[in-house]
Amino acid sequence: MNDLLLEVENLQTHFFLDDGLVKAVDGVHLHIRRGRTLAVVGESGCGKSIMARSLLQIVTPPGKIVGGAIRYHRGPGDVVNLLDYDRKGPEMRAFRGREAAMIFQEPMASLSPVYTIGNQIVESFRLHFKVSKAEARTVAIEMLRKVGIPRPEARFDAYPHQLSGGMRQRAMIAMALICQPNLLIADEPTTALDVTTQAQILELLQKLQAELEMAVVMITHDLGVVAEMADDVAVMYLGQVVEQGSVDDIFYNPQHPYTRGLLASIPRLEGATRARLAAIPGTVPHPYARPGGCPFHTRCRERIINRLDMCKTEAPPLVQVGAEHHARCWLHHNQGVELSSEAVQLASLPLTTTGGH
Amino acid sequence: MDVARNLPNGMQPALPADVAEELAALEREDASGRAVATASQWKLMWWRFRKHTLAKVSLAVLGFLFLVAIFADAIAPYDPTVTQSNRTYAPPQPIYIIENGRLTWPFALGLKSTIDAESLRRMYVLDHEQRIDMGLFVQGEPYRLLGLFETNTRLFGASNGAQQVSVLGSDRLGRDLFSRMVHATRISLSIGLAAVFVSLLLGVTLGGISGYVGGRVDMVIQRVVEFIDAIPSLPLWMGLSAAIPLTWPPLWVYFAITLVLSLLGWTGMARVVRGRFLAMREEDFVMAARVSGSGERRIIFRHMLPSFVSHIIASLTLTIPGRILGETSLSFLGLGLKEPIISYGVLLQDAQNIRAVATAPWLIVPALVVVVIVIAYNFLGDGLRDAADPYA
Amino acid sequence: MTSYILRRLLYFIPTLLAISLVTFFIIQLPPGDFLTSFEARALASGDQADLERVEQLRERYGLDQPWYVQYWKWFTGILVGDFGYSFQWKQPVADLLGQRMLLTFLLALATTVFVWAVAIPMGIYAAMRKNTVGDYAVSFTGFIGLATPDFLLALVLMWVAFFYFDMSVGGLFSPEFEGAPWSMAKVWDLLGHLWIPVVVIGTNGTAGLIRILRANLLDELHKPYVETARAKGLTEWHLTAKHPVRVALNPFISGIGDTLPGLISGATITSIVLSLPTAGPLLLQSLLSQDMYLAGSYIFLLSILSVLGVLISDILLAWLDPRIRYQ
Repeated sequence: MNDLLLEVENLQTHFFLDDGLVKAVDGVHLHIRRGRTLAVVGESGCGKSIMARSLLQIVTPPGKIVGGAIRYHRGPGDVVNLLDYDRKGPEMRAFRGREAAMIFQEPMASLSPVYTIGNQIVESFRLHFKVSKAEARTVAIEMLRKVGIPRPEARFDAYPHQLSGGMRQRAMIAMALICQPNLLIADEPTTALDVTTQAQILELLQKLQAELEMAVVMITHDLGVVAEMADDVAVMYLGQVVEQGSVDDIFYNPQHPYTRGLLASIPRLEGATRARLAAIPGTVPHPYARPGGCPFHTRCRERIINRLDMCKTEAPPLVQVGAEHHARCWLHHNQGVELSSEAVQLASLPLTTTGGH
Repeated sequence: MDVARNLPNGMQPALPADVAEELAALEREDASGRAVATASQWKLMWWRFRKHTLAKVSLAVLGFLFLVAIFADAIAPYDPTVTQSNRTYAPPQPIYIIENGRLTWPFALGLKSTIDAESLRRMYVLDHEQRIDMGLFVQGEPYRLLGLFETNTRLFGASNGAQQVSVLGSDRLGRDLFSRMVHATRISLSIGLAAVFVSLLLGVTLGGISGYVGGRVDMVIQRVVEFIDAIPSLPLWMGLSAAIPLTWPPLWVYFAITLVLSLLGWTGMARVVRGRFLAMREEDFVMAARVSGSGERRIIFRHMLPSFVSHIIASLTLTIPGRILGETSLSFLGLGLKEPIISYGVLLQDAQNIRAVATAPWLIVPALVVVVIVIAYNFLGDGLRDAADPYA
Repeated sequence: MTSYILRRLLYFIPTLLAISLVTFFIIQLPPGDFLTSFEARALASGDQADLERVEQLRERYGLDQPWYVQYWKWFTGILVGDFGYSFQWKQPVADLLGQRMLLTFLLALATTVFVWAVAIPMGIYAAMRKNTVGDYAVSFTGFIGLATPDFLLALVLMWVAFFYFDMSVGGLFSPEFEGAPWSMAKVWDLLGHLWIPVVVIGTNGTAGLIRILRANLLDELHKPYVETARAKGLTEWHLTAKHPVRVALNPFISGIGDTLPGLISGATITSIVLSLPTAGPLLLQSLLSQDMYLAGSYIFLLSILSVLGVLISDILLAWLDPRIRYQ
């Protein structure tokens, strides 16, 4: 665990809306390691984008990080909790863009339409490094070349609308990486692009990750992207990480019913040609009406039905199910090693682990 | 419906677009359990409108003023055209309901007038000896209520018909300002509506043609719209209304002014209608209607127009105050309506002379009502506009 | 950019023609031939010089010929600076226009500057402090400003000045500078008087633009590119000023084009109330006495002034917004 870069513990980000409280992120635990790619997957609405924004503390009101810790391992023995910093304060701003950068889903919307891409790349660089405009320009053009933009000297002065979608996302990547951050958060970086461009951008990200030795957090709902990019995977459902493990653990040995459901919904080439795709029954619940207990119990095919009905009444703890593999599910409670202490007294209660359908 | 849409107007949560989308995806039905998906368009509009407190208040204010306009004859205690040389520039006579610290039947005080020897002007003081009891449904000059029934019952006034109480004072010719304002409400409110109605006809026709036909016709109409929007309306209005012959009867002048005001005012409406038509041509339901063999006429009147009636109403409401201000300005300058028609602009003509205002500051009061009307229409229009887009 | 400006200038030609047609229509509107009544008066007074002038004018403006000939003679005259003849002042209209149009232009310019200087900071403030007391105060003031007719504001201001400070706020110059040649002292005196009409005329436009800017900025504040800037580590102030404000200013500038005609309208009526030596009072006077060449010329020039302003704001917008430029 000495390669840990960012340690997220019990992160809670809530939205205080007039009609009620939305717990967009509700107790997320994550480990982000240096030089590795962590994919965060989940359906839209599971809170993964807000979780990503919480890492940089760029959640704006009515959203607010209300609890937890984000421990940043700057170097050996040098650990800070980012949540101790003021969201608008100088320490947090020095972290943003410099130590951790972010790229977004829609490159067109995420670039200002009225400044040249060069201007926007240099803006980031000159904010964190005291360099002259000319120097910054040289570095930025070098970066544009590195992300595979042809004739970078000319493109430096281009406006976003003059570039294609793929080129824009490359420019976004150049902008994010100009300060050589230790962590890159990519929020669905390929969703808005066409399939061939998607592959190119993913390839580029992999190449740059190796080159710059940075950690990548890849937010996505596309399990194909996960399989291609990720070293580790965290599966989110309704603001919680329900399962985290290596990419092999998740794909070949999924432990949470939700993960199993997600995987079953992928169309496959092999197998019965006439078989229907298995969809997860029901829909994601309303954010104001979060189910109690395990939030997934309303849609779970493997829900434990017994006298206690604990799936409905008690939130399951995060249970270790493998070496670096955890799942938040009662199914594993009496087999795995407990991480959380909050449900200890429940362990002594009689349990029936019959899967219900 | 996403979370943002459930919030009162102007209170959308500050969510980044994709985060809002994420929250939206979570939501499957309205939080309060109302069947949003099945509610009619007008019901949805009403729900949204109700959240707009200022718009609701404005609706009430305008409703009240329209009542005043309709029943102007009954509400005005005196004939607005009767001049009284012994009441020139008579000050307002306040109505008291407290006497010696105790609540009492409302009463006013009479006026004592003297002629100032130096300036030869009539000076007034409230006569504390002369107490005038007020009354509801008192007998006054005869008039025809709504132009139908002969009656002489007025909503309020001095109990003794022989005494006069001008709650807002009198003008240069001793006419009761309050009565004149009540009658002006009728003209000013109605001219706003009438002018907007003509603008509506012009705007919907030209905007509709522009948006539906497109091509060269659209180009020409758009150039005309741009042209009209680029020239200052008041000098043009002035030029046009100056050409109205002085010999015309009041009613003709009224319609001529209405026409002048609407000639330049239809462009906003045309823009709205055109924009809607353009957007709607691409909509699936119009395509569906076309595919299923509906005629063009049917598509326009059955499918397209009803879907943006609400937008038209909203932007109509927002154009009315401009028309009212236009009429007021023109009449104020002496180029618009003229005596014996009474509008707020006509009333304010008396206030043009700063010395007159200095001696009789109450002559400014009509302007305050104009401001209230304009503000009320603006708030109402804002509320309607926000409500018109229940899914926006 | 150059081609855009050229295209816009080309558009200006039909607009110019349209304005001239409308103006000519207004000149022709009053019933009867105004020259005839002028002639009748000249006959009655037996003024031989006037009678001769009638003949000259009839010839010069083709008054006994069909309307399109008259229009053509009038329009080509305007192009070389001949705006017709004022029957009331017995002077060529061009002589009556000069200084008044200059002061009108100056007034419009000063008001635009005032509107910008007030609306931009207030609009930004209201948007960034959305739903706070400050925002409500700005919005409320804006609404009052929007709803109060210019002439009323002018009246109230005059009344307050007259009643409480016992001073007269009309005019643009103190009496001693009225007819004096231009000098530094006169310019200074002008500035001392100018602010009152500027505030009166500008209030309306300022209120409108505050609303536009606030709404634009509120739209922009939550756009993804703002989040990008925030993720770079910019301070809130820096990122707001550089990114959303910059984008929100674009529709704001076209909004200025939209408010300019209103501003000219406001200037017209305000200058009548405040009796400023600008186009307004003379326009009203000429309309009331049906001195149509003079009235028409003012309407023509005021319209041109406003159309030119819109043109300039369009070009400015294209310069500021690369997306428009490259269309």
